[in-house]
Amino acid sequence: MDLSLLTRKSDVEWWIEPHGGMRVPGIIYASEALVKDMDAKVYEQLMNVATLPGIERASYAMPDAHWGYGFPIGGVAAFDADRGGVVSAGGVGFDISCGVRVLATGLTMQEVEPIKKRLADELSRSVPAGVGSVGRLRLDAGEMDAMLTGGARWAVDRGYGAAADLERIEEHGCMTGARPDEVSERAKNRQRDEMGTLGSGNHYLEVQQVVKILDPAVAAAFQLREGDVVVSIHCGSRGLGHQVGTDFLKRMAIEASTYGIALPDRELACAPIDSPLGQAYLGAMRAATNCALANRQIITHLVRRAWAGIAPRADLTLLYDVSHNTCKVESHQVDGQTKPLFVHRKGATRALGPGHPDLPPVFASIGQPVLIGGTMGTASYVLVGTSDGLARSFASSCHGAGRSMSRHAAVKRWRGRQLIDELAGRGILIRSPSPRGVAEEAPGAYKDVVAVVDAADRAGLSRTVARLEPLVCIKG
Amino acid sequence: MSIAIRNTWEHFAHGADIGVRGIGSTKEAAFEQIALALTGVITDLESVRPDVAVPITCEAPVDDLLLVDWLNALVYEMATRRMLFSSFAVAIEDSRLQATARGEGVDRIRHEPAVEIKGATFTALRLERQEDGQWIAQCVVDV
Repeated sequence: MDLSLLTRKSDVEWWIEPHGGMRVPGIIYASEALVKDMDAKVYEQLMNVATLPGIERASYAMPDAHWGYGFPIGGVAAFDADRGGVVSAGGVGFDISCGVRVLATGLTMQEVEPIKKRLADELSRSVPAGVGSVGRLRLDAGEMDAMLTGGARWAVDRGYGAAADLERIEEHGCMTGARPDEVSERAKNRQRDEMGTLGSGNHYLEVQQVVKILDPAVAAAFQLREGDVVVSIHCGSRGLGHQVGTDFLKRMAIEASTYGIALPDRELACAPIDSPLGQAYLGAMRAATNCALANRQIITHLVRRAWAGIAPRADLTLLYDVSHNTCKVESHQVDGQTKPLFVHRKGATRALGPGHPDLPPVFASIGQPVLIGGTMGTASYVLVGTSDGLARSFASSCHGAGRSMSRHAAVKRWRGRQLIDELAGRGILIRSPSPRGVAEEAPGAYKDVVAVVDAADRAGLSRTVARLEPLVCIKG
Repeated sequence: MSIAIRNTWEHFAHGADIGVRGIGSTKEAAFEQIALALTGVITDLESVRPDVAVPITCEAPVDDLLLVDWLNALVYEMATRRMLFSSFAVAIEDSRLQATARGEGVDRIRHEPAVEIKGATFTALRLERQEDGQWIAQCVVDV
């Protein structure tokens, strides 16, 4: 991105001053190096989002922002329904409520190292991943609607995990306002065999070790210690969410003009929050959110069962579950007035600071864990929300490393089997049905996650707590 | 003298995902070629046997939306039938598409599928006949 187009407010804050049809500024939180590396499309997309009706404060880009669909990935924007604000299917994305959860295992690196290979094989057998995989659960029409209404709570009621898990999931495991009747039959058909499946692409299941504690007090509160082994799960709402995105993107693109909305980019497809189409999307999107929460809950159950067979002493307790493709109604202060806003986070993680009323009691005095996925060869991070984040970015932070190279280029540059061997040499075991899929996800195809997390920390969006490195990675 | 237009397909780069492009002597041929590019995102086309025929129809108010619909219909059939396709015959009349896609069930050993496709997007969406008569059909797919 051309730095001369931006106003530098600090080392990690850059503004696109409002011009043309922009109703608010565009604000990028990133270091100079990260901004320079950002695609020029991020600039264009931030400006486009800033033109949408009812947008409040700014159109934001997180440090890992890259070229997305309508919204940049790593984009945050909040809309006021009373000012004609919109909800956008493109602003949430195809993989609705895609997210990350981290589980403690109660075991240390020394205890896990001797059983690592067996764990890799068993997890790979236990958790369906990749194209053509199916879950063991089949949902009839009634159960499908119950799942779409109940989310992880539905899964716990069916024996997948424990009630204690629910407090450690955003929305307490169940998004209210879901409307299964607004989810198409095609979307439900795509999901019938896909409950408890990981998917493919950048989704993963990893066994990781805590290699560095950067904030001892918060790490202690999160019960993370150096040498501990944890499990991370990154996946979303599977076929159902993808189809909901597909269905509403088309409907919104066709109907936007009937609401008098001029779209600078068709991918920004949106509808007024208070319109029938806007309400239908919100109902379907919340149902898809519950699908993602239920899916991660079922996978957690499968992971626990796999561990129990190999390491009976392991006690897999949930640290937290965050979603990074969402639209949520939240109370925020704008110009001294507190009001409900529809906050879109497309590839961005909510990062509530200490004292926020939406936090579960266990994190009330600390702030929420912000879970940042890396790559199979680098690192992931646990961060914590800050009080400053509310004013800076509607309490939002980054979500991952973000790609720096296309899949196309990655496949030309790396060979999957060679990568798997190289990573094995470093003690990281990869299990994947597709060497080409591994090449597309090569660690070198991503931005430096350290630089992303550091920028988020320096910008006050969240604070770094612990660094995690992979031991085992299951890819689809 | 007219130059023969070769029907072909290719991928193009997009930051996080991948672009698919079909080039053909007719609109229908470009639709068939972009479908081949779609399968090419997932696996080596040569590995997919065109054994089973699946009928597909879709409809959209404008041609480029019909293109997105066509790709999304294929994504849907691949996901729900757990199939991959390697041969396509497309007919388009007004805003209605009728097609037959031929393929087989996913074989994870033989196909080594790299990635599943979530949906076709409006990004880099283009459907046009160029001056030389060649049709281009393209968009980015989310994976």
